[in-house]
Amino acid sequence: MPTDPLFQPVASEARSPRTVSLSFNDQPLMVPAGSTVAAALLMSGINRFRATPVSEAPRAPYCMMGVCFDCLVTVDGVPNRQSCLVEVAAGMRILAQEGARDLLLQPANIAPGEVQP
Amino acid sequence: MSAESVDVAVVGAGPAGMAGAVALAGLGLQVVLLDEQGSPGGQVYRGITLAPLSRRDMLGADYARGNELAQALAASAVRYEKGAAVWQVTRDHQVSYLYGGRSHTLNANAVLLATGAMERPFPIPGWTLPGVMSAGAAQILLKSSGLAPSEPVVLAGCGPLLYLLGWQYVRAGVPIKALVDTTRPEDYWHARRHLSAALRAWPYLRKGLELMRSLRRAGIAHYRGAEQLAVEGTEAAAALTFSAAGKPVRLATRCVLLHQGVVPNIQFSQSLRARHEWDAGQLCFSPVVDRWGELDVPGIFVAGDGAGIGGAQAAALQGRLAALGIASQLNALSTAQRDHQAAPLRATLARHLRIRPFLDAVYQPKEENRIPADGVMVCRCEEVTAGALRGFVALGCAGPNQAKAFGRCGMGPCQGRLCGLTVTEVIAKARGVSPGDVGYYRIRPPIKPITLGELAAE
Repeated sequence: MPTDPLFQPVASEARSPRTVSLSFNDQPLMVPAGSTVAAALLMSGINRFRATPVSEAPRAPYCMMGVCFDCLVTVDGVPNRQSCLVEVAAGMRILAQEGARDLLLQPANIAPGEVQP
Repeated sequence: MSAESVDVAVVGAGPAGMAGAVALAGLGLQVVLLDEQGSPGGQVYRGITLAPLSRRDMLGADYARGNELAQALAASAVRYEKGAAVWQVTRDHQVSYLYGGRSHTLNANAVLLATGAMERPFPIPGWTLPGVMSAGAAQILLKSSGLAPSEPVVLAGCGPLLYLLGWQYVRAGVPIKALVDTTRPEDYWHARRHLSAALRAWPYLRKGLELMRSLRRAGIAHYRGAEQLAVEGTEAAAALTFSAAGKPVRLATRCVLLHQGVVPNIQFSQSLRARHEWDAGQLCFSPVVDRWGELDVPGIFVAGDGAGIGGAQAAALQGRLAALGIASQLNALSTAQRDHQAAPLRATLARHLRIRPFLDAVYQPKEENRIPADGVMVCRCEEVTAGALRGFVALGCAGPNQAKAFGRCGMGPCQGRLCGLTVTEVIAKARGVSPGDVGYYRIRPPIKPITLGELAAE
């Protein structure tokens, strides 16, 4: 769960005028509008985005440009979203993907009507 | 399935794609420019149209240069589709992309691939731990969100991007714990035969010297010739260890940023079965292209770093050259006009490329950081180590595609993007043959993940 954020805005950055609220593993977060999910989580102290299906090793973003697929999370019920390519939205529900267990359980985790058409 | 017809589809809105698309539209052709990001710029000019002025100033003049290209794009007749993830390009010029939860298809008379570069993998012990990122990733966070490490960071590896990020961090007041440089002093000596050409690319050389001087002035610890790099940690990075000048060093840090150069992103050219060659200078595969960037697949062109690393300014010029080649092929320009307009572009391009052999030689990534020891993870997705891969070779595995069957190497979600070069080089070394003989993964569409629902919605 959240630790001291690994990334923070540099001194010259004005505080973002617009924020959106979303949740990560059901914990509410306020993040700057317009940022990617990966950037928003990193600045919110999230340092573990998922665990690998093979050995359940912890992972977080490595490349931030859509190459490595290490930043995969579940967004609004859709698994395996590249969080470095998805922009934050108000009310977004983000879940870490905990290894092979989640791959098996994923469909059961999704409440009816939760999946975007 | 409904497909829309266009003159030219351009994939990627970095310098090559923006410049190429604008030039094509200027020649009267109907152009669609597809890009995965929400704003133009590619990675090098990431977020250029959105970054506040203070951030643009901190990132430096080379970044700000991207604004001219983005403005030219906005003023052009190019149909720029942001948030469009191209998942397939076929040999007969069909371009399929995901946009708004649906797949769309363009039938183009010509295709310009401008998908740029990606960072070379940096397989060392512990490189999969949270807190270890590529320097390019950290720079993207800086460009697009104004974010930087909150605690003193360790930059490790070699190459212009690493030093540029250090320079940008110094300007932004971000604390740097150390620069752990894998470049040895003698590497400059070994590269001396390229120095006279490099001196004629003086602006690049001067910029490099300025970057290094600013890091020195900021009093940042600079370890040279670092070897045996490893990240310590269990749940996340805790320290970087290495040896420098024969002495072991341990730097405690939660954030390690790795970089050892960039390589062409060849996912599309590989998926088209175009001919590629091993580039022994840049230690990567590049597609074989003609003077206009055309592959051995008629009507499909590559411009920019995707055809060999030349940097952002060279990429924009290559984009314009490819536009001339395409326009001539589509009868929008005579060959005489094409050649006339290309001549000054070629002269400028040659000037920009003069620095490359020197940079390639000085910052050639060290073998131990490309062909790692047995315990190091090669395929991050399926968690295949270099040792496991060597075990496959001992059992008769001859190349990357067989490695998939032997142990799922390269079969995870990244589709071998991040391990491809490492796998080729590990197998080549183990077999005692050249990487060119071993070859690369056979890349198949979809190049980007697409759900069956998205496909069905087309």
